[in-house]
Amino acid sequence: MEGLTLSDAEQKYYSDLFSYCDIESTKKVVVNGRVLELFRAAQLPNDVVLQIMELCGATRLGYFGRSQFYIALKLVAVAQSGFPLRVESINTVKDLPLPRFVASKNEQESRLAASYSSDSESQGSYSGVIPPPPGRGQVKKGSISHDTVQSRASAEQQESASPIVSPQQSPPTSPHTWRKHNRHSSGGNSERPLAGPGPFWSPFGEAQPGSSAGDAVWSGHSPPPPQENWVSFADTPPTSTLLTMHPASVQDQTTVRTVASATTANEIRRQSSSYDDPWKITDEQRQYYINQFKTIQPDLNGFIPGSAAKEFFTKSKLPILELSHIWELSDFDKDGALTLDEFCAAFHLVVARKNGYDLPEKLPESLMPKLIDLEDAADVGDQPGEVGYPGSPAEAPPSKSPSMPSLNQTWPELNQSSEDTAIVHPVPIRMTPSKIHMQEMELKRTGSDHTNPTSPLLVKPSDLSEENKINSAVKFASGNTVADGYSSSDSFTSDPEQIGSNVTRQRSHSGTSPDNTAPPPPPPRPQPSHSRSSSLDMNRTFAVTTGQQQAGVVAHPPAVPPRPQPSQAPGPVVHRPVDADGLITHTSTSPQQIPEQPNFADFSQFEVFAASNVNEEQDDDAEKHAEVLPVEKASDPASSLRGAKTDSKTEEKTAASAPANVSKGTTPLAPPPKPVRRRLKSEDELRPDVDEHTQKTGVLAAVLAAQPSIPRSAGKDKKAIQASIRRNKETNTVLARLNSELQQQLKDVLEERISLEVQLEQLRPFSHL
Amino acid sequence: MAQIAVIAKENYPLYIRSTPMENELKFHYMVHTSLDVVDEKISAMGKALVDQRELYLGLLYPTEDYKVYGYVTNSKVKFVMVVDSSNTALRDNEIRSMFRKLHNSYTDVMCNPFYNPGDRIQSRAFDNMVTSMMIQVC
Repeated sequence: MEGLTLSDAEQKYYSDLFSYCDIESTKKVVVNGRVLELFRAAQLPNDVVLQIMELCGATRLGYFGRSQFYIALKLVAVAQSGFPLRVESINTVKDLPLPRFVASKNEQESRLAASYSSDSESQGSYSGVIPPPPGRGQVKKGSISHDTVQSRASAEQQESASPIVSPQQSPPTSPHTWRKHNRHSSGGNSERPLAGPGPFWSPFGEAQPGSSAGDAVWSGHSPPPPQENWVSFADTPPTSTLLTMHPASVQDQTTVRTVASATTANEIRRQSSSYDDPWKITDEQRQYYINQFKTIQPDLNGFIPGSAAKEFFTKSKLPILELSHIWELSDFDKDGALTLDEFCAAFHLVVARKNGYDLPEKLPESLMPKLIDLEDAADVGDQPGEVGYPGSPAEAPPSKSPSMPSLNQTWPELNQSSEDTAIVHPVPIRMTPSKIHMQEMELKRTGSDHTNPTSPLLVKPSDLSEENKINSAVKFASGNTVADGYSSSDSFTSDPEQIGSNVTRQRSHSGTSPDNTAPPPPPPRPQPSHSRSSSLDMNRTFAVTTGQQQAGVVAHPPAVPPRPQPSQAPGPVVHRPVDADGLITHTSTSPQQIPEQPNFADFSQFEVFAASNVNEEQDDDAEKHAEVLPVEKASDPASSLRGAKTDSKTEEKTAASAPANVSKGTTPLAPPPKPVRRRLKSEDELRPDVDEHTQKTGVLAAVLAAQPSIPRSAGKDKKAIQASIRRNKETNTVLARLNSELQQQLKDVLEERISLEVQLEQLRPFSHL
Repeated sequence: MAQIAVIAKENYPLYIRSTPMENELKFHYMVHTSLDVVDEKISAMGKALVDQRELYLGLLYPTEDYKVYGYVTNSKVKFVMVVDSSNTALRDNEIRSMFRKLHNSYTDVMCNPFYNPGDRIQSRAFDNMVTSMMIQVC
């Protein structure tokens, strides 16, 4: 095929047509569908069309490249002029008029005329004007013979004459784009009945806003579309990647959009949104979105799954990348599904994008899923998960104080109270369903204030934050594109840590404070083992074992079986954080709380028992001891390990036990073995103290000695029986704990043994050397 | 300086980003070699322990200049992070949290119906998150 030479007018005309057909914006290949429509619009018989296609090489290639397209256009002109179709004729036929594409292009052309003319909308020129191509370089496209469309266009153009902010003349783009948008979807349907006007319409719609250089609707607001793009839009293929091609989607519409609703939505939207935040969704728009939502998902409170949404928005022919970004912005809770709010936001973004607005980096406030004062407020209110953050800071403080479950209850209030525009602190939360409430709490905490440090809420948020810290921090980071408040949330995540540590510190403080009330015996040694739940007050045990207090132990009134020191203290919490404190606690509080405390593993008692088992006979209460004794025996090796820490502990125990013993004597139900047990406990924790063993035996003896007194008193009154039962139970728990600990020790020892043996084996060969 | 890479199950990269824009090839190579170490670590767990396998793999191997950390998801998508050895301020916890952030962002990307698994990750949100992380590291 020889080269094609085109006149300037032809060149321009063809390039316009090419761009018109080039809905994929590839600038290289036009869509077959469009081209075919175009050719049909040329009112040529089908066989001629086929011939043209063959001649230009498209059938050979399978697509219409630019050159093929131009050649085809030229051939169309040739054919229209009545010349026989020959390859040569493309260049030989001189003065060929431009190919005419007639099919109902009147409206389009007239509109084109209007848009291309620098003066204002020439609404009069609508009917049947075919502007001379060369002079205007207009795109001759078949227009859709939708009268409604035309009337809309005219109406809107007239209205656009009313000066909206657009610097250029031109009909507001939103209706156009809307129409264009609709056309994309409805174009498919309408295409078939019509002679291919459908696809023409949409590009026209795009071209027009392009030529109109700026959205009347949007132009006054940020982000302004790059108007130069619009200007160039008509001349060159659209630079903006507005059109993703899905030729199939153009054709096979299961369109959801109705012309009528689009019309109303367009016009009203145009009018109302002209003076507003460009991202705000007007009522009509929202209504339209809702209708669209309903077509996919009849339940307004339900979700549109990602796949359905993907199909739906793919019809808009935006590039996948942009659709992906829109999705990221609009899927507020990142659940892969769109609620009504999210859907409206996404739809709005799509429309805006088609209008030429660049996608924002983060979701505009007006699009955030929240309750907008629309008629569907009621519906939206049912989605507490997404609503309420903006504008919620005011409500946040009151809602914060309740615990998590109550947050749900506060949300409806928030929904109702937060007016749409009063978005004080848009802090979007990426929420997984499980984390919604926790993040709510965190956000509310963030939103309200960081300066609620000492509220009791902190305790909970610290727990929440510990788990949320990571989740929310991560999620916040990911949602950076979505809202502004992330920096706060990022910084926020550090707060939980501090808060958590505060809580911990508070806890320890609280733990120790009661200790301080009672006069502590000599300061306990920091003993790591003391932090165990079954921590025993070995000090007391040792103190007792010094012997002097044994008598005191015996003198203790019967009853309560060995009671762990920590239990006497204000809860195990006290005991655990600080060993030393725990010891003090034991000694100080035990006297007061002796009768009622559960007996933790009072290893002192056990060891005493073991010793006594070795040394002494068993009493009636020996059944108690009997339980203890076997454990004691097991504990003996353990206790043998606890050699070292004797002395100081002994002192402590002495001092500790002294007050304990004294006080015990005063309380009728004080368990005699208690002091012993306390000592044993601390013994247990001071494992390597071998020397304690002897003391323990002494303690054990004391305990055993004390024991006999118990049954006697128990037999006397029911109360005593109950007390003894209690004691027994306590003993049980203590023993069980002791058992487990000893077993653990045994395991450790065995492991050590094994490792040592292995080392020995390794070293053995060398011994021969 | 740091580099972060997301590698698919079939061991092709889904996302690679490094802060010093030069020397990317060297980083690519390091990530590639670290895949072996990752595979070794996850295979060492054995099939029975797949559920208990921890996602964070820890320090894969240290070189003179860099330390390479690994993280693998349950779907065998791997995250590899290379940090400067001179960056001693980075603790293990921080690395863990960074990986967790990565994982969450990756999940977000997957949730996007417009993302086809196996495509390169082009999500802006993901990019922003990675940028912020790198700024934090460097």
